[in-house]
Amino acid sequence: MFSWCTDPNAIDGLAWLSCYLTTGKHLSIYVSVGTVLLLLAITAPVALAFGFGGAMAARSHFPPLSWLGKAYIAIVRGVPDIAFFLFFVIALDQFFEWMRHQVKCPDWDQPIRQGNDFVVCPEAKLPLSTAAQWVHETYGFSLAVLTFSIVFGAFAANVLFGAMRAVPHAQLETAEAYGMTRRQTFWRILVPQMWVYALPGLSNLWMVLIKATPLLFLLGVEDIVYWARELGGSKTAKFTDYPHPDWRVWYFLALLVFYLAFTRVSEIVLDRIMRRLTHGQATMGGEAQRKAS
Amino acid sequence: MSCWETIADYGLRSIGIGERLLPRDNFTLCQQVTLIGSGMLWNIYFGLVALVTGFFLATALALGKASKITPLRKLAEWVIFVFRGSPLFIQFFFAYFLFLSLKSVSSAFDPLTSAWLGAALVLFLNTAAYTGEIFYGALLSVPKGDVEAADAYGFSGFPRFRRIIWPTMLRLAWPAYTNEAIFLFHATTLVFFSGFPAWQQRGDALYYANYFADKTFNPFVPYPILAGYFILLTLCVVGVFGLINKRLNRHLPKERRQKMRMRPRLLMR
Repeated sequence: MFSWCTDPNAIDGLAWLSCYLTTGKHLSIYVSVGTVLLLLAITAPVALAFGFGGAMAARSHFPPLSWLGKAYIAIVRGVPDIAFFLFFVIALDQFFEWMRHQVKCPDWDQPIRQGNDFVVCPEAKLPLSTAAQWVHETYGFSLAVLTFSIVFGAFAANVLFGAMRAVPHAQLETAEAYGMTRRQTFWRILVPQMWVYALPGLSNLWMVLIKATPLLFLLGVEDIVYWARELGGSKTAKFTDYPHPDWRVWYFLALLVFYLAFTRVSEIVLDRIMRRLTHGQATMGGEAQRKAS
Repeated sequence: MSCWETIADYGLRSIGIGERLLPRDNFTLCQQVTLIGSGMLWNIYFGLVALVTGFFLATALALGKASKITPLRKLAEWVIFVFRGSPLFIQFFFAYFLFLSLKSVSSAFDPLTSAWLGAALVLFLNTAAYTGEIFYGALLSVPKGDVEAADAYGFSGFPRFRRIIWPTMLRLAWPAYTNEAIFLFHATTLVFFSGFPAWQQRGDALYYANYFADKTFNPFVPYPILAGYFILLTLCVVGVFGLINKRLNRHLPKERRQKMRMRPRLLMR
């Protein structure tokens, strides 16, 4: 990377460290930080949308739909979320392959579950065995995003469902008195007001989502945990220009600090948003703000 | 092989009693239920140890955070910040590799690298931090009148804390603490996926569920079994904590008693 890095054996101290931290493999760990941020950037809105759908379904006056919504909310409580992660990754993969199998190979006569194997026709494999490496990686990552969205969507549904019920009932009755339909009441009165009640729950959820990102490692994505284990392990001079003993503890210390900084910054930003949203609301927080100014 | 034999062989497999080899093929439903259930022993062990020991440290942390002595307050604040602000998964990894490097310093640290002590230690510190924050919040909301009344009766120092402040703090914190206990039990499933080795394949419930799912490519049997066990465990935790809640609230008139209401996952990791 730098000009002085041509002979790593000749340098030491900070110069050595600067070369060591910019080797090709170390660049992958910095890229994987990007993977984590990308996961957060995609998962947060998708999970919020899932949650919104779930909460709307749970409020529905059509019983089967409301049962479905409530079941979705209830299902991830009571069971460890990591079990869901491990479950959904295989289940979704098999579901997609099975769907493609039904469409692409209608005249395949062998059973799909053969003893301990899950066999679909070669054309239905996802991704195709001929596909490039990046397709495999992208597919794995998308499965992980979908899994995260389903699990966190249920948490978000829980929060939003509570927030929708927290909006003062008088507001909805007033809307009805003004002749609004149910749909209009929902979109024009309920939804704009519910956010202030939902925000504490949602910001907590954001923190949990940040803290759940290392679980990507369990879903088979090459994320920061993977690279920290990989790079930290002891290296002999035979395989690398930068031999070192087992440094994994330092790598994980760095990850620990990274996550601490990340959650701390989020906390400060969310506090600000909360203050802005509370402004002018008929709640205790809004009242306190009014008195203070 | 009948189901009773399977239970005799594998019922205590997770702690090393019974058949040594895990089943390799032709898995029966009975084998899966038995082995996953046997793994639950570890989840219950980790959860109970961390819960009981963490309770005392949590009280200390809450008092420390509310203390007027600055070094004490800073220390408590930092412990709570570090353990609540970072993922438990990373904490496990970090602790495991830390213990590994300590091992080379002195053999006294040997047991720390095995899950039964090392992971329990991490869970203890982690739950103490989360619970400490809950207790701190409750400590701040102890009614002023209660403390003034205690002063008027001549209570002071430790007796005042022990007889007046502490029970009220626990009473106020209890619903949130119940939630924390539930998620602590859920968090125990991370242990064997985070560095700590499952020695001789003695793992927890998720370890065995994952074993079956990997071997059969069929996640639809082992994970629902695991879910069933955890729902049962959650119900037990809610039941026991509900009884304690009743006892903590026994002096209050009925309508003022705090109902155990499950909050929307306000405390997760």
